[in-house]
Amino acid sequence: MLSRTADSLFWLARYVERAENMARTVLVGHWMASMASSLGKPGNEWQSALMASGCEKGFAAKHGEAATDAVIDFLVRDPDNPSSIQSCIDTARRNGRSVRTALTVDMWQALNETWHQIRERLSAPVPAERVVDTLEWVIERSQLFSGAYNGTMLRNDAYCFTRLGTFLERADNTARILDVKYHVLLPQDEHIAGALDYYQWQAILRSASALRGYHWVYREKLKPWLIAEFLILRPEMPRSLRACYEQIASHLGQLAEAYGGREGECHRLAGEAHARLRYGRIQDIFQSGLHEFLTWFVDHSILLGREIGAFYLT
Amino acid sequence: MAKDQDHCPQPAMNDAPENCIAASAAFDEMLEIDDGEGNYAGLRRWLRDMAPATLAKRRQEAELLFRRIGVTFSVYAGGNNPERLIPFDIIPRIIGGAEWAFLARGLTQRVRALNAFLADVYHGREFLRAGLIPERLVMLNEGFRPEMQNMDPPAGAYVHVAGIDIVRTGPEDFYVLEDNCRTPSGVSYMLENREAMMRLFPDLLAGHRIAPVGHYPEELRETLRSVAPPGCVGEPTIVLLTAGSNNSAYYEHSFLADEMGIELVEGVDLLVDDNIVYMRTTQGLRRVDVIYRRIDDDFLDPLAFRPDSLLGTPGLINAYRAGKVTIANALGTGVVDDKAIYPYVPAMIRFFLGEEPIINNVPTFCCAEPKELSHVLANLSELVVKEARGSGGYGMLVGPTATAEERTRFAAKLKARPEDYIAQPTLALSTCPTFVEEGIAPRHVDLRPFVLTGKEIRIVPGGLTRVALRSGSLVVNSSQGGGTKDTWVLES
Amino acid sequence: MRLQIRHKTEYRYAAPVAYSIQTLRLSPRAHAGLAILGWRVEADGRRDLPSYVDGYGNLVHCHSVNRRHDSVSLSVEGEVETTDSAGVLRGQAETLPPSFFLRQTALTQPDAAIAAMADNAARGRTALDSLHDLMSAVHEQLEYQTGRTDTTTPASEALRQGAGVCADHAHVFIAGARHLGLPARYVGGYLWTGADGQEYQASHAWAEAYVPDLGWVGFDPANRLCPTDAYVRTAVGLDYHAAAPASGVWRGDSSETLAVRVAVTAAVGAQ
Repeated sequence: MLSRTADSLFWLARYVERAENMARTVLVGHWMASMASSLGKPGNEWQSALMASGCEKGFAAKHGEAATDAVIDFLVRDPDNPSSIQSCIDTARRNGRSVRTALTVDMWQALNETWHQIRERLSAPVPAERVVDTLEWVIERSQLFSGAYNGTMLRNDAYCFTRLGTFLERADNTARILDVKYHVLLPQDEHIAGALDYYQWQAILRSASALRGYHWVYREKLKPWLIAEFLILRPEMPRSLRACYEQIASHLGQLAEAYGGREGECHRLAGEAHARLRYGRIQDIFQSGLHEFLTWFVDHSILLGREIGAFYLT
Repeated sequence: MAKDQDHCPQPAMNDAPENCIAASAAFDEMLEIDDGEGNYAGLRRWLRDMAPATLAKRRQEAELLFRRIGVTFSVYAGGNNPERLIPFDIIPRIIGGAEWAFLARGLTQRVRALNAFLADVYHGREFLRAGLIPERLVMLNEGFRPEMQNMDPPAGAYVHVAGIDIVRTGPEDFYVLEDNCRTPSGVSYMLENREAMMRLFPDLLAGHRIAPVGHYPEELRETLRSVAPPGCVGEPTIVLLTAGSNNSAYYEHSFLADEMGIELVEGVDLLVDDNIVYMRTTQGLRRVDVIYRRIDDDFLDPLAFRPDSLLGTPGLINAYRAGKVTIANALGTGVVDDKAIYPYVPAMIRFFLGEEPIINNVPTFCCAEPKELSHVLANLSELVVKEARGSGGYGMLVGPTATAEERTRFAAKLKARPEDYIAQPTLALSTCPTFVEEGIAPRHVDLRPFVLTGKEIRIVPGGLTRVALRSGSLVVNSSQGGGTKDTWVLES
Repeated sequence: MRLQIRHKTEYRYAAPVAYSIQTLRLSPRAHAGLAILGWRVEADGRRDLPSYVDGYGNLVHCHSVNRRHDSVSLSVEGEVETTDSAGVLRGQAETLPPSFFLRQTALTQPDAAIAAMADNAARGRTALDSLHDLMSAVHEQLEYQTGRTDTTTPASEALRQGAGVCADHAHVFIAGARHLGLPARYVGGYLWTGADGQEYQASHAWAEAYVPDLGWVGFDPANRLCPTDAYVRTAVGLDYHAAAPASGVWRGDSSETLAVRVAVTAAVGAQ
């Protein structure tokens, strides 16, 4: 297929997923901040949300302090923020429109409807009481798009490129959400495993739609190293880094097969990360440092994205 | 920004026949050919037996159907208007087998002559040397492209797709109104109208033997295949080059590409290396042999032509001249797609084919020729005078309805720059039954068949019938109340 | 006379570009006043460049680079034997009739000033005399200055500024000639200035006009003379755009600088 078409599908999927994950990140921040407030101990929850989503510099350039309303607005609607939910959907639709003929009718309708509605919903700043509603709606629309393309696309190279976009982005975002916890500081007089800490971990699981799943798999109270294991290494958790890389490696393999066995650096990188996730142990990860591991992972994913681009999409 | 000749598939790209007079004096195709049994017999019976309410209901269904497709059209076209771009009339226009055979012969002859003229203009210019057309009319024509001089396109085919507009004024009287030889559009309407009729009126169609049109994409594909460049090995790779989804004709581009099973590309998808054209695919560069382009000449290549064009591919013309890729329609066909050149087509038929034209031009006077200019000036009150170049509309005189003062003023313009004008007598265009507000009434129609030239000439029977929906109106342009009909060629 | 030409062009890109393509019109074709003894066009060391003869009869080479690169270098080397014909062209391959060269282009559209200059030169004289007068007028009214115009400057603008390079002189002359109803075209090529070993930063440009009963005659308004045997004609066209020695397009986020060195030498012992 045309490189440009594959490229647009790849980025379309990434941006829809990014919008969803931004919604999740903002939800985490929102829950954590409310919790901290209600416990009388407001902290830097919003700052950490900005850092996790890579929007810290952009925000700082435009605003001063990370106050709730300003951050939410920046992450949700601000056109100056290329990763805001509004910007993501705009970019996604632009990509979709330029390769209209490669989309199924359901895909286009899901995308186009979402774009129309989001313009209305976000035409003014979201009132505080509607924030959670709106974010959950964004997640719903993204899932609708995902359902549309998974339900109607032919299982060919176009499908692989779309899936690669989704899973690369999803893995990147799960890693970042997990990393939020690293940046969020516990206030001085709180100790680790105290109430606030517990609720922060709970927020992280909720944002990954993983709370119930955790309990099913582990049948015990929330424990940080199990949460990390769940979100990084467990194949049953569909948003885990491992589950995502399983898909990435699989689709790259399918593309290689479809294209007469041609493989490149992107295949090696994907295999490398997949192996680390498949055979890694959580204790080793914590040994060298969770934050270090997640940083390596995010960098690696960025590189993989570039290599996929260089190999297939130019 | 991109002045693209390929607009939304409005069949009337240039003007409607303004030089025509009102319905009452016109020849009606159903009433006047038919008396009892004939081409329209079946339709006449069907209409008679159909309750008006039912007909109205079917028309509503047609509107719904096209609204859905119209959604597709407008979404592709980037607008949000769900109205169909051109209204569809549910009553078909019917042409008999023998009538069509006559038209097909005439069209084939004409397109052969047009291609021969182009070959001559870009080689030895014998037609010009013989004094059959003023040299300057061709040499200074905007459509004449020096890049084509001495180039030999495969099969001598320049106009691979031609839309020849035909009008009728009597049972045996057909005329060619205009030759569209650059990037004629509207074929998607022809195909879609038939689809709609098959879906809405299967009973009506069952009662007739109608020549199919659905194979047009295949015929086009075959035509393009047959003009692959000499160095092409194996099955030629064909692509359709579009200006992109912002262009209002995009739907037709993607529709045709889909139907033909070829890749739809934009300028950025192509790359020229060592004079070979490639497309950028996920499997690397893949060589392209034939490009069916729906982009104007000027925008094809920012290296050779307009450097600000974002639509084209740098180096395309080098590859073309080097004979490594075929472009359809060829560069430089605009010189024959011009009102100023149109009057000379009958002479082209005689010169290049040694035959008399089977279908004539509308009688046309070239004011560039002094004798004809005198005649025009003497008979201004009976003629319609149009600008030879450009899309017209302005700078036109409808003699019979103009005031004496308007005629005098126009005469001055004519004398100042006679080479800019042509004149034609008024014509009474034929009418066809059309389902309008008041019920079934006669409305003026014309016909655009699409003629394909590759190693052979292929024509799909019928073409696009355009109808002026407003009573007495002769304007078939959609933005001014025009519509289309399905065209049936009856198999005898 | 026997002339040797060495012409080097180097394009440099500030940041590497992924793709670039050039159309080169750097090869002369023989005519009665020009015999080609040897001629070589190289790009990035490559000699077997694909080529074709274009609609004007120019020999065109094509050079494309489809990989990351930060420079493109072109090299022309040749030796020719020229004879003086007082500027009258004979024995050249004509592909288009003279009337074609009456076409207007954006670069050669005459305005009121150019029309006036041309009308003034014509004043009831023969075509040939008018053209000579026009050539003088252009020479007087346009000072030779680099940096005032670029390849997109139309003739009217150059005249308004009163300054330009040889391409501008040629354009103004061509605009004026066409205004007078005389076909005219742009000519690119090389000029031996008599200063052997001197390097210039451009090749040369002049014009040709069609004189009834005589044929195509060369006029060099920048130097105010008709081409002699010091001139080597390489390409013709309606204007610079159609006859440029090298036109290129590149793809990437960068900027381009151009360095040109031209040396035309009279071969020792030749006359």
